Amino acid sequence: MSFVDVTLQLLQGFEVTLKLFALTLVFALPLGLVIAFGSMSRWRPLRYLIRTFVWVIRGVPLMLQLFLVFYVPGMVFDAHIFAPTSEGRFTAAVVAFVINYACYFSEIYRGGIEGIPRGQYEAGQVLGMTKREIFFKVVLMQVVKRIIPPMSNEVITLVKDTALARVISVIEIIKVAEQLMSKAIIWPLFYAGLFYLVFVGALTLLFGFIERKLDYYRG
Amino acid sequence: MAFLQVEEIEKRFGRTEVLKGVDFTLEKGEVLAIIGSSGSGKTTLLRCLNFLETPDRGRIVLNGDVLFDASERKKASESDIRRKRLHFGLVFQQFNLFPQYSVRKNITLAVELLNKKLPAQERKSREDIAALGSELLKRVGLGEKMDSYPCELSGGQQQRVAIARALALGPDVLCFDEPTSALDPELTGEVLRVIRELKSSDRTMIVVTHEMEFARGVADKVIFMADGVIEEQGTPQEVFGSPRSEKAKAFLANILK
Ligand SMILES: Nc1ncnc2c1ncn2[C@@H]1O[C@H](COP(=O)(O)OP(=O)(O)OP(=O)(O)O)[C@@H](O)[C@H]1O
Ligand SMILES: [Mg+2]
Repeated sequence: MSFVDVTLQLLQGFEVTLKLFALTLVFALPLGLVIAFGSMSRWRPLRYLIRTFVWVIRGVPLMLQLFLVFYVPGMVFDAHIFAPTSEGRFTAAVVAFVINYACYFSEIYRGGIEGIPRGQYEAGQVLGMTKREIFFKVVLMQVVKRIIPPMSNEVITLVKDTALARVISVIEIIKVAEQLMSKAIIWPLFYAGLFYLVFVGALTLLFGFIERKLDYYRG
Repeated sequence: MAFLQVEEIEKRFGRTEVLKGVDFTLEKGEVLAIIGSSGSGKTTLLRCLNFLETPDRGRIVLNGDVLFDASERKKASESDIRRKRLHFGLVFQQFNLFPQYSVRKNITLAVELLNKKLPAQERKSREDIAALGSELLKRVGLGEKMDSYPCELSGGQQQRVAIARALALGPDVLCFDEPTSALDPELTGEVLRVIRELKSSDRTMIVVTHEMEFARGVADKVIFMADGVIEEQGTPQEVFGSPRSEKAKAFLANILK
């Protein structure tokens, strides 16, 4: 099998990887914020429920969660929510990743929001701002600045975690490389690593850029 | 009837009674200095006036308007409180400027937000608001720092920006909570000078302070608080010159030493 053939096959797998990555971010970033608010709710039952949920999701391997999302609905309801087709498998993977990463993101948001000094809220209140205005005009930018470094870590972890989707037979790049391995060629696996490396490099540059953009002030 | 009437304010946190019936009046344009040892409830009193805390008992009446009455059954709505607290302004010990905004934006942000809620014909133009920001900054001696960020300013400069920010909404009563306590000694002078210059016939001010010279020189009225009550009140001459309560005597002897 030629280098070009392998490259083309890996690229197909990497497209799936990137889709999974992008969809996870698109849904998990906002969902994480909702979960973060839930975990800070003043209503105790909700707060405890959400925090327990986050604890479970963060405490159990993502691999198990993939199996759970893909297989268990079928076992319980006697019908597949996620059809055993490549689309169904991919959708199940997106769902599992979104839930998992939303929980991780929620903790980052919570840390960022709780780290804003009370005085910032009070200054807004005394100036007659509404709660919404205080959140969006005063707090949010400061939270963003605080969470960029941990977020960048988490997002880079996500790039590599997408490889786990192969356990429910999503044909992402590592799965492709494994299939090639079964034909007794091993180098594509390491070649696949290069794809990740380049992509993570690009993300690192992007986050560095954002951090510098927000570097115009301290505090 | 006095301009500001604070009647029998009581406030407890859990089981600690912090304010045990605080009662005073203030005329328009007067400056009140509140002194007292740590933990006596000075900050809590200012926070009650600014609706950051809700007193358990008592009333706050401004210009004949009852702004707060603890005996009212119905809890005031968010927007009600927001409207009422605009009568008061508060300058914090720790400045609490918004770090991500320029000095100018710090001052005009709240004005802009309120402006948006006005009916179209009453709205101020963007230029007017910017001009207000510049004017206030000049007033506190920072005309050239318009586009700086708070982190680029000294503590004294930050506090002067915070004062300009509080002035921007034109509060009837401007409160200061130990405005110079977080500053190096050489920076307190510039902030106190600004506050002194703000004194005018239509600006009523309440200043919690440990700067006795300042209180003596600027205040029309001094209140000494201890353990959640007003131990002594009167003109600066009365309170500093011939205090009657033992606690006030001890406090002053200690601090003026
Ligand atoms: N949110 C709160 N919860 C519980 N106790 C509080 C709270 N705020 C203030 N206190 C208590 O109320 C008392 C008075 O506090 P306050 O800050 O009003 O005093 P102060 O006169 O401003 O003191 P200082 O000169 O140190 O600023 C203190 O004993 C303080 O511990
Ligand atoms: Mg205090």
